[in-house]
Order: sequence, then C-alpha cells, then structure tokens
Amino acid sequence: METKNFVITGVGGQGTILASDVLAAVGLAAGYDVKKSDILGLAVRGGAVVGHVRWGERVYSPIVPDGCVDYLLAFEILEGLRWLKQVRPEGTILVNQQEIYPVSAITGGQEYPAKERANKAIKSAVERVLEVPGVEIALEVGNSKVVNVVLLGVLSGLLLVEPEIWESALKERVPSRFVDLNLQAFHKGREFAQQRR
Amino acid sequence: MKVLLSGNEAIARGAYEYGVQVATGYPGTPSSEIMANVAQYKEIYAEWSVNEKVAMDGAVGACYAGKRSMVTMKSVGMNVAADSFFYPVYTGVRGGLVIVVADDPGMFSSQNEQDNRQYARFAKMPLLEPSDSQEMKDFIGVALEMSEEWDTPVLIRTTMRISHSASPVELRERMANDSAETPPLDRDPHKLVSTAMWARKRHPVVEERLKKLAEFANTFEINRLEWGDRRMGIVAGGAVYNFAREIFPEASFLKLGMTHPLPAALLREFAAGVEQLLVVEELDPFLEGQIKAMGVDCRGKDIFPSVGELTPAVIAKSAAEAGILPREEVKGARELALPDLPDRFPVFCAGCPHRSTFYVLSRMKDVVVAGGIGCYNLGCLPPYNATDTMGAMGASIGVAHGFDIAGIPDRFVAVIGDGSFFHAGVAPLINLVHNGGNSKVVILDNHITAMTGQQDHPGIEQTLSGKPGRKVDIEGLVRACGVEDVHKVDAFDVKAVRDTFKAALALEGPSVVIVEGPCFWVGPGAQGVYEVDTDTCVACGTCKRLGCPAIIHAEEVNLKTGKPKSEIDPVLCVGCDMCAQVCPVNAIHPVECEE
Repeated sequence: METKNFVITGVGGQGTILASDVLAAVGLAAGYDVKKSDILGLAVRGGAVVGHVRWGERVYSPIVPDGCVDYLLAFEILEGLRWLKQVRPEGTILVNQQEIYPVSAITGGQEYPAKERANKAIKSAVERVLEVPGVEIALEVGNSKVVNVVLLGVLSGLLLVEPEIWESALKERVPSRFVDLNLQAFHKGREFAQQRR
Repeated sequence: MKVLLSGNEAIARGAYEYGVQVATGYPGTPSSEIMANVAQYKEIYAEWSVNEKVAMDGAVGACYAGKRSMVTMKSVGMNVAADSFFYPVYTGVRGGLVIVVADDPGMFSSQNEQDNRQYARFAKMPLLEPSDSQEMKDFIGVALEMSEEWDTPVLIRTTMRISHSASPVELRERMANDSAETPPLDRDPHKLVSTAMWARKRHPVVEERLKKLAEFANTFEINRLEWGDRRMGIVAGGAVYNFAREIFPEASFLKLGMTHPLPAALLREFAAGVEQLLVVEELDPFLEGQIKAMGVDCRGKDIFPSVGELTPAVIAKSAAEAGILPREEVKGARELALPDLPDRFPVFCAGCPHRSTFYVLSRMKDVVVAGGIGCYNLGCLPPYNATDTMGAMGASIGVAHGFDIAGIPDRFVAVIGDGSFFHAGVAPLINLVHNGGNSKVVILDNHITAMTGQQDHPGIEQTLSGKPGRKVDIEGLVRACGVEDVHKVDAFDVKAVRDTFKAALALEGPSVVIVEGPCFWVGPGAQGVYEVDTDTCVACGTCKRLGCPAIIHAEEVNLKTGKPKSEIDPVLCVGCDMCAQVCPVNAIHPVECEE
C-alpha cells in the first residue's frame, strides 16, 4: 500500500494531540507500520498546533513530506488555510467550520480571512472537501469539547478501517467517565461522513 | 506485542526495563516528558532537581553508590550542567550513568540551536544517537551496559523530532533487583576526588579508554552497514537517518548508533564500497569534519544546511540543487494564491497571572525590561512588546545589573519567574546586593514551572515522586540574600501591580517585587464568566491590549470611530477580572448566575 499521510492542525486546546494519538493507534491496530509527530512546547499556549500521522508498510520519516498530505483535518479554518499548500490535489480536507481569532487579528492589525473566501480557497485546492459543523455536532451530544472526536468520526467514514478498531482506540485514550460521550461524538461524525459520501 | 510510544515515553520505558533506580532532571522542551513518564514507574526514584547541574551531580552521586542512574535535560540545559558533565568522565562510575540531552534543531522552543554532540567530544564521553522510539528504549540499555563495562558516563542525544514522535516499540520486563539494600559507599578518593594531583593520573586513563572505544566502534552492532545501491553511500544517525532514508530509499547507508568516538575502519570500508559518500547530519558538520580528518573524501555541508531541521523536504531540495537527485523526484508545497494569513503566536492563557505585569510594563514605555525563560517570555510579543532582552535562565537579573553598572539613563527592571529564580536567579541577586547594585527585580511567582507543563520547583510542596516537599519561601529567601525593600502584590490586582512597580522604581537601592498569583492550571480554576455591556462599550480597545484569548471583536462597532467593540468568549473566559479592572467606562461585569 502507498503510505497514507495525515496532518491534523488546529489551535492549542482543541484536542489535536488526542486526535493524532487515536489516529496513530488505529493505524497500528489495523496492521500498518505507523509514525506520528506532534509539535508541542510553545504551541500549547494558544498557538498553532500540528500533528503528522503516517500509515504504511514501512514508514521512515515521522513527518509528512511537503506537498504529500492525503488527508488534512483542519480543526480551525485559518489553520486549515495555513496547511493548504501541503495537500495533494487529489487529497481530502475536513474543515471544522470554527474560527478562532488569534491576538494578531484582534490587536495586531492583521486580518482574519473572511469565511466564504477561505472555504472557497480550500474547495478549489483539492478534489474532496467536507465542511464539518463540528461544534454544532458536538453540542448535539452535549459537549463542545468533543469536536476532535467528531472530526475523527468523519474521517473514519472515509477510510476502510473497521469502526470497532476506532472505538477501542478511543476507549483506551479518554477518561472512563467520558467514554460514552466520545463514542456518541464519534458516531455522529461518522454518520455525517456517510451521508455525504 | 508492540505499542506506540513517543520517543520520550520510550526512554522512560528503557529506564524502567534496564533497571534505572535513580532519575533526575530539569524540565525543558523537548525533554520534559521523559521524567514525567519515569515518575509513573514506582520502582524508580524520580526528581525534578532545581537545575541541570544539581540534577547531574545527584545522578553522579547515585551512580557512585552503585545505582543505575539517569539524568535528563534539554539542549541548552547542557550548558548549565556542563561544569558537572566533565568530572565523571575522569572519576568513572559504579552503577551505569546515562545522560539524556534533547536537542532542538529548528528551535521550536529554544533560544539557540546548539549541537550537543560537540559536548561528547569536548568531555571525551561516548555518544549514542537513537533514530526512533524502539532505539530510544534499546539504547538506554546499551548505554547502561557500556557505562558499567567502560567505566564512563554515556551521553544519549535525542532531538525534538524523535522525542516528540511516536513509533511502535516491543516491551519487556524490568531487569533489576529492587529489593537489594544499598551498601555503604565504597570509598576510593584517588578515583573519586578529582583534585589536580590525582585527576592528572586519570587523564591518560580517559584518553586510553577513548582509543579503545574507537576500536570497539568498528564492530559495535549499533553501527550498521546497510548495503543498497552502491552509487550513493550515506552516513547518518539519529532522526536524520530516517529522513534521509525517506528521500534515498535505495541508497547504501552506514547507520551510526554511536557517533562518538567514530569507527574509522568501518567508515573506510563503507567509503571504499560506494561511488559517492554523503554525510547527512543536522546542525554542525560534526561527523563530516572528523571523517575528512581521517582522509576520507565526502560531501556534506556543501550540500545540506547547518541551520534548522534536515527534514525530508530540505534534504530533497538540497540534493536536487546539488544535482544528486533528479528535480522531478522532489515534491514540494503547491503554488496556491491565498490571502495573507495572520500569525498565531502563543499567548498567555485566559486567567494567567503574568498578564497584569506585562500589561502594566507595556504602558510604562520608558522602562527597559530584561526578561528570561518561561511563559513570561511571551511579554516580548504583541500586544505587550514589553521585553527588551532575553538570553538564558536567570540572565535577567545579571543583565539588569549590567545596565546598572554601565549607567544607562533609562529606568529598568529584571523580570524572572519563580522557577527560574530558584534555577539561576539567587546567585545574581546576591551579586547585585553585595556589589551595591540598584536593580529592581520582579519575581513572577505563579507557584509552578508553567511553560514546560506544570512541573514542581522548590517554591511549592509538591514533588515529582508524589511525596510532600518542603516549600522554600521566596520572600524569606530574597530577604536572606540581603534585599531590604521587598514588596508582595496580588497579580490579579492590576492597579496594585502598577502602583507597586512605580513605588519600587522610585526608590534608591535594590528592590524586589514578588507578583504572586497561581498559574491558571494549578490554581482554583474558573471564577465565573464576564460579559461586555455593548451599549456601554466605546470600542477604545483597552481590554484588548490585555492580550486575553477570551476577548474578541464584537459585531457591533463604535459608529463614530468605526472600531469594533469588545466581546468575551464565554467558553474561554475564566473570570480573572482584569478586563473589568482596566475598562475605563466600566462596561465589563460578571455574568449574573441564574438561580
């Protein structure tokens, strides 16, 4: 199999790290060689966060080579735009329809791109784009914090890995009292993808 | 069964499996998670020491007592540890001693891009460089065995990309006799006391050991010939080995697990077996220089940069420019017309106690600010732009003292966090007191080492091992250093912070202001949510200059100025009250609870 390259991008606090952990674990459980790389450190203080996950027969580099992203999971629109140039034209982008203004756009005189324009740029860049109302879906199960798992659910609907593998990877990584909530969020996301396939 | 572990988790696992009994360290990206994970193994004594040098001495003492020991730090932490990094090479060890340093090529979270492989050569210590999580774990075992067999500490150098990447690892059981009692110290001063007359006799031992290690390196199994296409031979170790493999999957490789001392015979054999020899290494030409000094012809830094990570993209681009990789094989970012994207710098969290200090300092425009390492370094960024200098842990107090003795006409303050103060701030404070200095020092006491992920320090009662620690009182310590003018102020009272800074700056002689308030992540948590009364808000932007991520633009604008009014994101707001305090028209209030 060709190596599958995923990039997860968002803002510190959105749960991207949990998402890349789960995605990597799912790849390993599905029988692939897996590597994963997260940018931590300064980024956790509300900065931009990015995680690379690669599934393949033999994966050398833990970072996705430039221009080779197959699946971009953008947890936030601006961070999706920032990574757009790295996605293959035949690639897939899931973009959570959330805008988080950085301080530079509040007081620094820089402009946050208009939503319509941003979505248009994303749509014209690749073959398949799913605009995901992640916060709304998360609120349907009762907690806006599970947007990350909603997006994993959407991604699962586009891949051929059994949902049970995703479920057990999730169960191992979220606190026990939040397992049901996260499984619900996952399935809501999965349904969203299946309706749009 | 294989499990996914990050590089840092794998090092901790290695310490567990290979019988480490004492582990010390000082937090710093990208190394911090090693000790956090070591602490989960109850068989290992784990300690956040006050700084890297103290951590090093602690591990050395434990290894003299016969325990397998490990010490961890980030790249620049090695500079702090350096004084104590050299002597155990002379004294030798009893229990194995492994030193783990995590470098930061690409400078994701460091003030320089130093290549700590140089320290191994400098101190004449063997150096191992793992390439993935499995090797991170295995090399801890290799290093401990080497250490005991060769009577030397062993340095393991990782980089951010291995420490923070995860890959599959095979787990094993722990090998250690944890129930054995520690015997009395086997005293051997001629070996363990590095006084000149005795240490002089140890130096030839060190040189002889290094020569024998270089010979051993030729047959050491972690130095591996991987024959492929003989037209291209690549020498690489660490993260770069996998990056280079990604770009040159068919080439021949000499994969070096030990990068000091180098295996001369093996390198010559490899060079003779390939048409073209490339050395691919991040940062300094550490291998290349030594290989060329052996008289072996190779290429390296004439192709690959000495700056930043050598990611697959950088390797491919550099190789294509040098004509050793066809340009059509180089994939790159696409050319897309996009709008200009705003930067997303890290910011103080909502509820951060540092916000008041930097809001106040940003408005005292004539005050020069000497800064340091920690969350409070974000004071150099918008919207504060308050910090004028930053170079190293604890440096602010010494640099401010330098301003003082140089006689700058400006008013100036040194800012330092509580963790940095314990780490490297006490000595410069004593120095300025003793030498009659006039500096003003602001200690930001947020009760934790925050930037690196909430590790303990001597100013709190918590320790890494979970046992209660004795709290060292900062105010008492400052007074004991001889400072008479000491102020303590609540970080969440913006006016009090401003007034205290003014009062301290007006006085002759040294002053210390302790701005006290817990980091949000260790404090009592959210105190409610605030909201902006949009009718009252005049869109002056004062609250926005606090740089709080919860304060955003409202849709409504001031009709006269056209400027957007303020709104508070109820999900992010934690009710610290600072915005309500600075609002000149009293438009910000707590949201009333509905009973």
